[in-house]
Amino acid sequence: MNELLQYDGSFNGFLTAVFDVYAHKLKNPIIQKTSLAQDQLFGEMQTIITDQDKADRVFKKLKKLCGSNDFNQFYRAFLSEISGIENTLLDYCRITFKNGTSPSGDYGNITVLKMSQAAKMVGREKHRMEAFIRFHLIEEDVYYANCEPDFNVLPLISKHFKNRYADQKWIIYDLNRDYGISYDLEKVDEVTIQFNDPRAQRGIMNTGVVEESRFRESENNYRDLWNQYFKSTNIESRKNMKLHLQHVPKRYWKYLSEKVA
Amino acid sequence: MNHERIKEKLEILADAAKYDVSCSSSGSKRQNKNKGLGDSTGMGICHSYTEDGRCVSLLKILLTNVCIFDCAYCVTRKSNDIKRAAFTVQEVVDLTINFYRRNYIEGLFLSSGIFKSPDATMERLVRVAKKLREEENFNGYIHLKSIPGASDELMREAGLYADRLSVNIEIPTKAGLKLLAPDKDHKDFIQPMKAVKNSIDLYKSEKKIIKSTPVYAPAGQSTQMIVGATGESDRDVMYSANFFYNKFNMKRVYYSGYIPVADDSRLPALGTEVPMMRENRLYQTDWLLRFYGFDVREILNDQHQNLDMDIDPKLSWALRNLDQFPVDINKADKRMLARIPGVGMKSVHKIISARRYRKLGWEHLKAIGISMNRGKYFITCDSREFERRDLTGIQIKNQILLSGASKYSKNFTNQLSLF
Ligand code: SF4
Repeated sequence: MNELLQYDGSFNGFLTAVFDVYAHKLKNPIIQKTSLAQDQLFGEMQTIITDQDKADRVFKKLKKLCGSNDFNQFYRAFLSEISGIENTLLDYCRITFKNGTSPSGDYGNITVLKMSQAAKMVGREKHRMEAFIRFHLIEEDVYYANCEPDFNVLPLISKHFKNRYADQKWIIYDLNRDYGISYDLEKVDEVTIQFNDPRAQRGIMNTGVVEESRFRESENNYRDLWNQYFKSTNIESRKNMKLHLQHVPKRYWKYLSEKVA
Repeated sequence: MNHERIKEKLEILADAAKYDVSCSSSGSKRQNKNKGLGDSTGMGICHSYTEDGRCVSLLKILLTNVCIFDCAYCVTRKSNDIKRAAFTVQEVVDLTINFYRRNYIEGLFLSSGIFKSPDATMERLVRVAKKLREEENFNGYIHLKSIPGASDELMREAGLYADRLSVNIEIPTKAGLKLLAPDKDHKDFIQPMKAVKNSIDLYKSEKKIIKSTPVYAPAGQSTQMIVGATGESDRDVMYSANFFYNKFNMKRVYYSGYIPVADDSRLPALGTEVPMMRENRLYQTDWLLRFYGFDVREILNDQHQNLDMDIDPKLSWALRNLDQFPVDINKADKRMLARIPGVGMKSVHKIISARRYRKLGWEHLKAIGISMNRGKYFITCDSREFERRDLTGIQIKNQILLSGASKYSKNFTNQLSLF
């Protein structure tokens, strides 16, 4: 009989679950986010309460055995939120703890291959967000951007934006996961914003009506200039929309200023 | 700032600059300093893609499209009856900074028509870069075009502010250049390349002695060749490229299929199709030289002067060298693995890493992501099944073309997803 462990979705919550699997010598646990709640299928169900201390112990041991490269892959794969990824990662922990070292580069092993594929997908999404974030200067001299990444990549991009935009305040908000990262010229913090209009507030959405008055005139001008640049730099005789869509999938368009109709 | 006027200039001067295909913004080492704006230590980012599928990473514009020269292949040529415009130095600076702050771009790619003399033009380009660095504390990427014929002194100054310098050789053969740009001298292209290479070498050696020596064009130099304008062979093109890579330490050579922009009897007629497939094959060849350890003479030589259009150059090479196959996946060295059709460099690394744990069979190779459609004819692995070994090159080629028809009839591009 499988045992279902439900955790809160955080990385520490997951590591706590791994700790409990070992503490209680569970044979075939399934680790799953509480929000997925499929409990009726399982005989036993247990709620994991995130415990910083337990999480730290798993984290330290894993990191020591893995080295930072493999650990990074592990973390990235976790951020993919792909269904079942927790159990792939649990298997990865088992192999690592059993051998006293991570199965680095053993691509003939399905667990390793799955993890590296998930990590790769997250890596690509991280890169896309670094590319497709579009800031808008809003009233308070803050550059603001909305996004809806496929995977939970904000923790991975904050350093990039901090290094690049060291002299301007900015906020990047993930509307799907309802949290953002905010830089105040000193450090980056996680923030949650209470929107009146939950999806469209402040960031530009290219679908539906864009309230032009939301921005200052100069802001609209720069968006307009960027739009013009995008049009002028295209070479009509080489047009290849299939390729274009491959690079800029449609689901990203609504936040791209150059894609304003 | 008069919005409508700026917009019009942008329309004209971005349109005129778009034929320059270099877009890379990687390879620099300019870290954000003093909490300024920008950072160019990364791999460079394509922030968008044009509808023709090319990466948009830099604000690529001309300072002006006024030009005193009359090169036949160029839209900006003197005799072309088009609207002319010019940005002021400050306008370019403002656009760059404001686009950068919104995360539209990685930096600036600035080129220009030659409006008075090569030196006057170059001096103005340098002024933009200097202002960005010194007044705006901008650490984003700057690529300046070297104007053929500009003085060494200006080239030296340019390299202090720019991450990359480039001068376009434009036409791969001397004879072709003479035909299409009679007032330009081959030497005028080579001279700035030499000057830049010498300065890079000089600053590198000084850097070893004095730590505070400024960086000089940290991302190096690149050049571009137009192909298909003068009937040159692929061998001519790639031998020139090879020469630039070796002689001037070029970071990149770009190949740009000629887009007819002039009604001129010396050139392919207006409306002639852009040779996109050929361009793609040249890029693939370029990759084989830079990353796969091939010598240009293995791919192009007297017997084989032009690349095949229906198959990629690595497959084409393999079919001409069947005696070197099949390769044993579990034993072969890196160099030989990299020569297997359908196996990219990433797969090579995965194979080497994975075979430390176990012998690899077909299933493993498939899972790793090798293109079996091409690879299977050239591989042995830990499995008793194998392809028939008595096929001729032509038979293999036909089977591959039949089985992968869609792959080869797909549209092509220079954003590579190769081998
Ligand atoms: S000098 Fe440059 S800009 Fe002027 S016509 Fe020749 S290629 Fe064009």
